[in-house]
Amino acid sequence: MTRYLFRRLISLALSLVVASLVIFAVIEVVPGDPASYMLGLNAKPETVAALKDQLGLNAPAPVRYLNWITGMVQGDFGLSYTYKTPVSQLVIQRLAVSLPLALYALALAVLVAFPAGLMAAARRGKVADAAVMGATQVGIALPNFWFAMLLVLAFALHWQIFPAGGFPGWDQGLWPGLRALTLPAIALALPQAAILARVLRSALIETLGQDYIRTARAKGLTGGQTLLRHGLRNALIPVLTIMGMQFSFLLAGAIIIENVFYLPGLGRLIFQAITQRDLIVVESVVMILVFAVILVTFLVDLAYAAIDPRLRKRA
Amino acid sequence: MRVAFFLGLILSLAALIAALVSLVWTPYDVTALSIADKLKPPSPAHWLGTDHFGRDIASMLMAGARTSIAVALVAVGIGVGLGVPLGLLAAANRGGLVDEVVMRGNDLIFAFPSLVIAILITAVFGPSATNAIIAIGIFNIPVFARVTRGGALSLWTLDFIRAAEVAGKGRTRISAEHILPNILNLLIVQGTIQFSLGILAEAGLSYVGLGAQPPTPSWGRMLAEAQTMVTLAPHVAIFPGLAIVLTVLGLNLLGDGLRDHLDPRLRRAG
Repeated sequence: MTRYLFRRLISLALSLVVASLVIFAVIEVVPGDPASYMLGLNAKPETVAALKDQLGLNAPAPVRYLNWITGMVQGDFGLSYTYKTPVSQLVIQRLAVSLPLALYALALAVLVAFPAGLMAAARRGKVADAAVMGATQVGIALPNFWFAMLLVLAFALHWQIFPAGGFPGWDQGLWPGLRALTLPAIALALPQAAILARVLRSALIETLGQDYIRTARAKGLTGGQTLLRHGLRNALIPVLTIMGMQFSFLLAGAIIIENVFYLPGLGRLIFQAITQRDLIVVESVVMILVFAVILVTFLVDLAYAAIDPRLRKRA
Repeated sequence: MRVAFFLGLILSLAALIAALVSLVWTPYDVTALSIADKLKPPSPAHWLGTDHFGRDIASMLMAGARTSIAVALVAVGIGVGLGVPLGLLAAANRGGLVDEVVMRGNDLIFAFPSLVIAILITAVFGPSATNAIIAIGIFNIPVFARVTRGGALSLWTLDFIRAAEVAGKGRTRISAEHILPNILNLLIVQGTIQFSLGILAEAGLSYVGLGAQPPTPSWGRMLAEAQTMVTLAPHVAIFPGLAIVLTVLGLNLLGDGLRDHLDPRLRRAG
């Protein structure tokens, strides 16, 4: 187990280094320099040059890369050009919206997908299976921003149960915050639930064909007991992989949904930073997101080892 | 299952035909504005109604199909064109350095939030259909590389490949002449899936204003424009969304049907 952990940690560190190099290189080629952007069109060249100096933009690229990396390791993600606040502070503010939204959406997706997937697998080939599979096909095909518009039309404008957009902030209490996140979370969750239900169904069907399932049935367990105790546990590996990917997607991929609902989340932060050429924010936030993805993948790998002892031994 | 496949075929063909016909004919000119006719509900004259500029929605949907299909198709082309050779190369050198580099590179691209990178690319090079294609296409490369490598790896252990090696064929030639034809079905299925994902991605990018620019009609941008008047005229928001859903649904059903048909293992089990 320790060797397995060690090898995984090495590859995690290596991916992070390569990712940071790629991000830095991409940002290097972005046209438009932040200094002239900040000062506007009428700025004197000397002023722009002085500001560039102050921002440390004149140093050679390798030096700037090292500064950026050492800063991040120490928890200093730089200073936003437009907001004039530390990037770490901006990220923490935005995460207060994005993280609950991602978790909310994932929880909704699991809540829908698990019963649907279990039912479809248990009644394979029957009407219930066909209905679940048909519904998931539609769920996958729905663009989430369009679904969001329909939700707003129905639940915010027609019935006025949930707000159509905006976020009151958590200091207004838990309920107003959750209410504001409900429609976005549903819009994000539906396509994810559809994917998850399909993966769970096919993993379950694969598992249910195994000999140990027959043994479980032979020793007298009911179909339901076999499904939950032996089927589900063994089918969880592919499902966990997908859930890990979905969580990272929800964290970063909510950009469009955050735009629909005017939510001050991480996605909108990047979106605005890109359009305003606030490159230090783009650079650091993308790096944090990539770090999150790599970390989630790593944790999912560890979870495999916890679920399936065979994987521990093999490594 | 057959019903689903044919439904998929019909929906996909409908989108394709709409796109092709729009090249030569649409019920109304998609660039002609007619403010007097704005936001008309569906009627015999305008089957799907008109938008806020009085443009015929049915005509715009036909022309929008062209943009969606073109963007998704070229993006799949980029994925196939670069991903398949990389996958073949990795499989031919399985366990070697090339394989390791290709696969780790793949993992790396997967770790990047695709939408953020797409937005970054369009921000760097300016929003346009071409840059949307590049942004979507890049993320197709690792998908095809992985599928190709996976399919090719299982073939490399088979006897007929051994025989070709013994006959003196090089790895490149074997990859091209024996491996590629045998994983073609895998690639077709994956191609359909990526094609439908491409249509969704294009719609998303256009929706936030980073895809095709006016006056090129695009389903995503139609939805963005409809958003502000969704209460006044819901049809303006509903039809473009339906067009996306039906096209993507059709392609997915088609892909599933093809997979079941092309994979004999599934046919026996099903």
